[in-house]
Amino acid sequence: MRRVVITGQGTINALGHDVPQTLEAMREGRCGIGPLELRDVERLSVKIGGQVTGYDPEALFNRQQIALYDRFTQFTLIAARQALHGAGLTFAGDLAARSGVVFGTAGGGVNTWDENYRSVYEEGKNRVHPFVVPKLMNNAAASHVSMEWNLKGPSFSVATACASSNHAMGLAFQLIRGGGADVMITGGSEAMLSFGGIKAWEGLRVMSKDACRPFSANRNGMVQGEGAAVFVFEEYEHAKQRGAEILAEVVGFAMTSDAADIVMPSQQGAARAITGALRDARLDPSAIGYINAHGTGTAANDKVECAAVAHAFGHHADDLMISSTKSMHGHLIGGTGAVELLACIMALRDGIIAPTIGYEEPDPECALDVVPNVAREAKVGAVLSNAFAFGGLNAVLALRAAP
Amino acid sequence: MSESIRDKVIAIIAEQAVLEPGDVSMDATLQDLGIDSLGLVESIFAIEEAFDIQVPFNANEPEASDFDISSVAAIVAAVEALVAEQKST
Repeated sequence: MRRVVITGQGTINALGHDVPQTLEAMREGRCGIGPLELRDVERLSVKIGGQVTGYDPEALFNRQQIALYDRFTQFTLIAARQALHGAGLTFAGDLAARSGVVFGTAGGGVNTWDENYRSVYEEGKNRVHPFVVPKLMNNAAASHVSMEWNLKGPSFSVATACASSNHAMGLAFQLIRGGGADVMITGGSEAMLSFGGIKAWEGLRVMSKDACRPFSANRNGMVQGEGAAVFVFEEYEHAKQRGAEILAEVVGFAMTSDAADIVMPSQQGAARAITGALRDARLDPSAIGYINAHGTGTAANDKVECAAVAHAFGHHADDLMISSTKSMHGHLIGGTGAVELLACIMALRDGIIAPTIGYEEPDPECALDVVPNVAREAKVGAVLSNAFAFGGLNAVLALRAAP
Repeated sequence: MSESIRDKVIAIIAEQAVLEPGDVSMDATLQDLGIDSLGLVESIFAIEEAFDIQVPFNANEPEASDFDISSVAAIVAAVEALVAEQKST
């Protein structure tokens, strides 16, 4: 069986503009959520988010590129540059033909939709910029990465709401393991912090107006974030032969569907995905030391997720650690699993478990070790990353320390 | 005024529950009427639109908000209070 390892990682999100900054913030339990700065924010009832701050696209992209790159594509390219630089790969000939890109995003070019609807509806203009379509399409980020690095194998985008990145990375893993590719650039991106993007979420009445406090009894909803994380997944022998630094091994993946409700999560669907990922990885449940939770901070998700973990792990549920880093970077929707994989890799490589910050009151329905407020040193050999999307689509990844 | 608020709220709830307004009793709970969490959020939206008011309601902590949804009568009283508060200019 072909094995799959991670040989590069990059990110930009509310906690930092690269991986070291992000991991430092996670180690320190720093919160990247703050007051939103965007047009018409005074007309929103939710005024906080995990926004990327200190961001100057003109310093990173030229004018022609900015005309073509929505914010979610910009985030992807920034993270991809870091990941590919770290991996030290160049793509030509056979390797280019056997390498591709698969990214998750729920909304794609949301800011581009928003700005151009404004211009035709609010401002009454009858003409829009010629690049609106290539800028807003969900696959724009994957396509630009394929173009910038000459990746000529399988490339596509995945949209499964809050599980998009985990589905994307799981498919990248399966493609390499199954022989369909040797290298896959994968992860996800979201830039939904626009007036329309937040207004839509307000409507559902599941957003917090003050903080994201996963698993805490006084939690009152989710907080949106934005950004991207990108990884280089590579066939193990290929990575070994070229002497690449291996960050972690991807060992299992499972996806399930609740087939039940368009917004309410299902304990059974989540538990089946967790158990399926363990089985795919041929890991005993007792091997898992840490789970990066979906942990949105909503009443429904957190209690259902804890029940699913308790069901899937039995007694071992009390011995493992489970934290939600959304408390720090917010919920990046389609990009969230990618940023959260950084915390999984940190746990395996550095032995540091990112905390669930904002934790104030124990909830008997979330009675697991949620690593409250302060990061912890612990040696773990294998971890899981959970993602459970609206629409009942679940995707769980299993990772192990580098071989 | 108060009579018409009650009738409008009952009409909104009845539509959500797929019942005739006459079949919605004041002491019924939303659960009695078969209205789930999405139905509740949709009803609150309809109430906000009908009365042009803001209803303070977070689905994560329904009991923490001032908007009492424990029965049809409680919802009507809560809407009356909000209309009085937000329209008293």
